[in-house]
Amino acid sequence: MAHSVKRLPLAQVMTPGSWDAAPHWAPCSAGSLLLPLPLPLLPACIFINNEWHESKSGKKFATYNPSTLEKICEVEEGDKLDVDKAVEAAHAAFQRGSPWRRLDALGRGWLLHQLADLVERDRAILATLETMDTGKPFLHAFFIDLEGCIKTLRYFAGWADKIQGRTIPTDDNVVCFTRHEPIGVCGAITPWNFPLLMLVWKLAPALCCGNTIVVKPAEQTPLTALYLGSLIKEVGFPPGVVNIVPGFGPTVGAAISSHPHISKIAFTGSTEVGKLVKEAASRSNLKRVTLELGGKNPCIVCADADLDLAVECAHQGVFFNQGQCCTAASRVFVEEQIYPEFVRRSVEYAKKRPIGDPFDIRTEQGPQIDQKQFDKILDLIESGKKEGAKLECGGSAMEDRGLFIKPTVFSEVTDTMRIAKEEIFGPVQPILKFKNIEEVIKRANSLEYGLTAAVFTKNLDKALKLASALESGTVWINCYNAIYAQAPFGGFKMSGNGRELGLMSYLLELHHSVYFSLRS
Amino acid sequence: RDIFINNEWHNSVSGKKFPVFNPATEEKICEVEEGDKEDIDKAVKAARQAFQIGSPWRTMNASERGRLIYKLADLIERDRLLLATMESINGGKLFSNSYTLDLGGCVATLRYCAAYLSTNDCVFYFPDGNFFGYTRHEPIGVCGQIIPWNFPLFMFIWKIGPALCCGNTVVVKPAEQTPLTALHVASLIQEAGFPPGVVNIVPGYGPTAGAAISSHMDIDKVAFTGSTEVGKMIKEAAGKSNLKRVTLELGGKSPFIVFADSDLDSAVEVAHQALFYHQGQCCIAASRLFVEESIYDEFVRRSVERAKKYVLGNPLTPGVSQGPQIDKKQYEKILDLIESGKKEGAKLECGGGPWGNKGFFIQPTVFSNVTDEMRIAKEEIFGPVQQIMKFKSLDDVIKRANNTHYGLAAGIFTKDIDKAITVSSALQAGTVWVNCYSVVSPQCPFGGFKMSGNGRELGEYGLQEYTEVKMVTMKISQKNS
Repeated sequence: MAHSVKRLPLAQVMTPGSWDAAPHWAPCSAGSLLLPLPLPLLPACIFINNEWHESKSGKKFATYNPSTLEKICEVEEGDKLDVDKAVEAAHAAFQRGSPWRRLDALGRGWLLHQLADLVERDRAILATLETMDTGKPFLHAFFIDLEGCIKTLRYFAGWADKIQGRTIPTDDNVVCFTRHEPIGVCGAITPWNFPLLMLVWKLAPALCCGNTIVVKPAEQTPLTALYLGSLIKEVGFPPGVVNIVPGFGPTVGAAISSHPHISKIAFTGSTEVGKLVKEAASRSNLKRVTLELGGKNPCIVCADADLDLAVECAHQGVFFNQGQCCTAASRVFVEEQIYPEFVRRSVEYAKKRPIGDPFDIRTEQGPQIDQKQFDKILDLIESGKKEGAKLECGGSAMEDRGLFIKPTVFSEVTDTMRIAKEEIFGPVQPILKFKNIEEVIKRANSLEYGLTAAVFTKNLDKALKLASALESGTVWINCYNAIYAQAPFGGFKMSGNGRELGLMSYLLELHHSVYFSLRS
Repeated sequence: RDIFINNEWHNSVSGKKFPVFNPATEEKICEVEEGDKEDIDKAVKAARQAFQIGSPWRTMNASERGRLIYKLADLIERDRLLLATMESINGGKLFSNSYTLDLGGCVATLRYCAAYLSTNDCVFYFPDGNFFGYTRHEPIGVCGQIIPWNFPLFMFIWKIGPALCCGNTVVVKPAEQTPLTALHVASLIQEAGFPPGVVNIVPGYGPTAGAAISSHMDIDKVAFTGSTEVGKMIKEAAGKSNLKRVTLELGGKSPFIVFADSDLDSAVEVAHQALFYHQGQCCIAASRLFVEESIYDEFVRRSVERAKKYVLGNPLTPGVSQGPQIDKKQYEKILDLIESGKKEGAKLECGGGPWGNKGFFIQPTVFSNVTDEMRIAKEEIFGPVQQIMKFKSLDDVIKRANNTHYGLAAGIFTKDIDKAITVSSALQAGTVWVNCYSVVSPQCPFGGFKMSGNGRELGEYGLQEYTEVKMVTMKISQKNS
């Protein structure tokens, strides 16, 4: 159950394209600067009723560090019976008259606020765990993931006592008003690309509205969720309000999707699995469903754009988090006139991208999450080469470096190629050419995805036209990945159902009941 | 004690000071710098500067503004004991009330406001034609805020919390009787890290500092809590000067209606607290108690018994149930109204005069057989004097309850759902309490009908009053829905 910190070998920073072996360097490890030693005990168990449990089956599974390919520790493996136990606890915590149901809205908000304080207190520990478990650069985990977690918790802490109903002047002698009530026991299935952040995106709105929750973190990355469990206990959430069952999709995930006593499920992951979740929800008890799925997000660069800005944003937009973002800018449409220059600059950027040990402060790109993703990405890269795209740089794995893939840029990409249609989820940038606005709108909208889009132009009219025409839940103009707790996020079409964050999200965590009273 | 401008402490431009007293002992606590028009001008300049486009306050993320307000709440909580003690000594307020209700309310209100703005969405509009539009909820600007003496710190927080959370800057004049807790919080505002000029505090008198605020040409909004008489002058001055926006929380003569079917013990107790809390010095004081005929005599008997149990004394002493009135002027006004009650024929059941030989103490007083034309049934007393009146029918009591130019609050005691809904819909009052009273919470909008006020404080409505809506409309080449 407990594990100690493994001192990771301080790797030399490698820049693809120029092997710069300078042994006299002493790359500093950001982690070792901030980490309090020794690391506290991490309970790698199932969290139900504020207690740590072993799995009913006795099984455990291992979680690995994708940079070193070493096992970090073993975690109790949940299955249907554990989910049942967790749902029972969540259900009990949701009963009328329970401490959670009787808590003032302000009190709920205050608990979330204090949770934010504890996450802030343990920020370095959580960022370290996240880096070890996902391979994402430590500085990204610390400054982006953890920052998002803290801000999101505080945002929803504030909403708790502002969920208001309305009184409505109906006909007849009737008094009519609405109450916004929590739905009940919510199931949440979170992904491995932003494990803690996506967990907070699910947890915060659900709790702010007074629901109880059963969470399945991704099997690749359960550690930060479990650590959060210990903080939830420390803050003093009543037992049963938050329950965490680590395990696999086909067992724990399926059990949650079809559970008859779970009233809502929220899932972030692939479109393929999202469809299964929605089906299971329908077949079981018609539980409410919100889904955040994949994307093949168009990034449209017009000839009048600020070219430096566009190149940089498009680059970060696709390569951030090793390309493992649902928002990845994986179809870059560039207007004809500036195409060659755009490609040239993008390749320059990609070649300079520092790949290496995620704990090295210079690293921008770590390893892919696991062998399955790694193989899929390389397969898509091969298809790009085979189908006639021009490989500008990268195009293969780093030699002898486990799950690391070189930042790859393809130009002369056409819409029918697999790399232009399928979600790659890796460090691969396909750059396509377009002639005019009408054409690019049609092409951008031609897929069944619709999560985000970006537009680079200085022309106000073009910007507004594209913003209204693009079938995407979020459209960024002259920026990328601008995601904030206040702004609703989610997909059109098969990129998802519903929205997370902002006002919209909590509306999905509530029933709207209408009450009538006769006479007067 | 000084004047707080730009996070610094200043002396008054005139050099004048004024004394601050302890109403329980009539002794002077200290002297405070007395602000006047020139000091207000200085404060407004600082507040205006802090409000400029591009300033640290204007460019700060809403979530960061919220963080500062949370920090202030934490600091107030840290200094809770000190502030409660100060409030008791300066305001004559029972220490247990200061500590639990006043200070607790301050912290809860700040925490509510702190989170508000990140939940303040703007809306997108689709005007006819090829246009795209959206609203921005912008801060109004420099807000002048005039605070009363009955809940000095609590009302100070009710004013600055919403103003700051919406991004405004403020110039505050605390009541001349009770400036101390506001000045201590000024040091906490500095400690929390608010940029200079965001909060400025100028102690002083109404006719000088207060009037300067109401007629200032560079103040965008004035918010006042106090008497209806002064509220009218402020609104007039606002109109005469620059049409600044005005919100007013004024007096009340709130009806408390007890039906025969109510839980009598509960009704007596709640009606009692509703009047006598804080020596009757509440805008919401239930100073017209209408009791249904059939239970009238029993109700009066129990109310008198309850009032007689009072222990008067120094508000810092545990076991004391009633402190002094705030100052001589109030003291004399209350005694005058009590005399009018006796003269006009109300039956004095208990109390009816001053208490002790030091401090502004008045005995808890109950009048029965009060009729609607008596002064004690029409004028706001703001003292520990309870009027109990008789009623026969529901329609009759509604008419009588509404027969006043006030309209702040009301209470209804009944077990019957139909009566509760009928009467609560019929009463002309900003807040109606059913089977309870004085339930005030930052989530709920508070304010008066008619001459009890303009606008609302707290809740979503109240916070909207600290924003100015801007509609941005852009031409586009083709609109699609």
